[in-house]
Amino acid sequence: MPQQELIPHLFRTEFRKITAVLCKTFGIGHIEMAEDIAGETFLAALETWPYKGIPPNPAAWLYSVAKNKATNVVRRDNLFTGKIMAQIKEPADSNEEFDIDLSEQNITDSQLQMLFAICHLCIPKEAQVGLALRILCGFGIDEIAHAFLANKETINKRLTRAREKLRNEKIAIEFPGEEAINERLSTVLTTLYLLFNEGYYSECNDAVLREDLCLEAMRLVYLLTEYELTSRPEVYALLALMCFHASRFPARKNAAGEIILYDDQDEALWNRELISRAAHYLHKASTGNTISKYHLEASIAYWHTHKEDSKEKWENILQLYNRLLQTEYSPVAALNRTYALARANGKKEAIAEAEKLKLEDNHYYFVLLGELYTGINNVQAEKHFQQALSMAHTQPDRQTIQKKITMLFNKKTASR
Amino acid sequence: MNEFMLIFRHMDGQSVASPEQIQVWMKQTMDWIGGIAAQNKFVGGNGLPFDNARVVKNVHEKLVVTNGPFGEIKETLGGYIIVKAESVEEAVEFAKGSPVLQGEGNTVEVRRIAKGDGVH
Repeated sequence: MPQQELIPHLFRTEFRKITAVLCKTFGIGHIEMAEDIAGETFLAALETWPYKGIPPNPAAWLYSVAKNKATNVVRRDNLFTGKIMAQIKEPADSNEEFDIDLSEQNITDSQLQMLFAICHLCIPKEAQVGLALRILCGFGIDEIAHAFLANKETINKRLTRAREKLRNEKIAIEFPGEEAINERLSTVLTTLYLLFNEGYYSECNDAVLREDLCLEAMRLVYLLTEYELTSRPEVYALLALMCFHASRFPARKNAAGEIILYDDQDEALWNRELISRAAHYLHKASTGNTISKYHLEASIAYWHTHKEDSKEKWENILQLYNRLLQTEYSPVAALNRTYALARANGKKEAIAEAEKLKLEDNHYYFVLLGELYTGINNVQAEKHFQQALSMAHTQPDRQTIQKKITMLFNKKTASR
Repeated sequence: MNEFMLIFRHMDGQSVASPEQIQVWMKQTMDWIGGIAAQNKFVGGNGLPFDNARVVKNVHEKLVVTNGPFGEIKETLGGYIIVKAESVEEAVEFAKGSPVLQGEGNTVEVRRIAKGDGVH
């Protein structure tokens, strides 16, 4: 790995591990302190490595620095208030070495436990995702603000309130029992689903794909499948969904970093191994009687791995969207369903259905209408594309729409 | 926003259709419901299979159980869906799309669901 990428990479992978373990050690009341210690640890690396060289095992170096820093904080605290130690179940003898367990097992456990703590129903969804980005993905406040299209202050306030709430409610960082899992698993999955989408459909900046974020979300879902009480069908379904999407990473961007739409993607670039892993997870998801929205979305993603069009493909996708919308409405699903309807039943029917959707505040709605009218009424099509163009707020979206308009004109001249 | 129940009544629930015809109706019904759901107006619904149906009836102060609702009445209940709509007119527009109405004499009854707000 090139040196300039080492610190960002380590930060992505190790910050969250250190933070999760420290949170677990100190208790939910000290999330911020855990974040601070993890942050200072990286600062120490930045101060030391340029002069003394990068240690042979950078992660181990970071762990030992984090341990020392944590031990110092605890010692200092012991001398003055004893606030932190009161949180720790077995107070260490002052002579005894205070131990922070950074073993692989404890890292994994701590992260899963933190995930469930963060997803406690006492804090709002936006704050849960924000905290997850911060603590479990090592995002900075800037990046979270970017992801939510909000300013730093708002995010800071939101996270502070959430930390306070967790502290006041004395939420335990532990493996939840079966009852708590039933209560919180869907929130946990929603959070991870949002994390993944944040990376995959990122509207916040013009770098279309934030693979890191997606991989983080996948890793956390994978951890859930490894844990007996949470290895449930819907968890496998979510993992399958993510793998299907992720299989298209290499095909989604061109050399200039612009997004390539599904229809134009080179399927030779799709990651076949990920696709077969996704199929395996989807198979594992098909036990039990419940069909979650993740099952439906994963099945839709499965059909999208068949590049060639067939009646069967679009009919299946249409019916899956029909069911998905009955399970949970979303504007995106409504638009996609209408597109599938056009492919399965024809454009005329789809246009009539599209006109009923009433999603005039969504520029994708006008992209869809433009697509549907293309070849049927190109004047109408262009009007809709222009409307979409005036509403689109990211550069990639505008480029995509502009291309569609250009193609429309090419078709027009070609047909004359 | 009110909720309305759309109740499907068939002239004859026992008439046998070909598997191909059933397949077509199924798809039409699923697309119809999907279209309502795509407008975020779908609440719920279910089919009511005729198979193994019973009717419990008061006959001269005695309860009599008969097989199925057929024979005595012409129309039978085939299923229902519940939709959200601003007005009964909007609900009626949804109803008009029901594939059930392709059958001569079949009906879709539109009924507002009481809100339990003390007014109804």
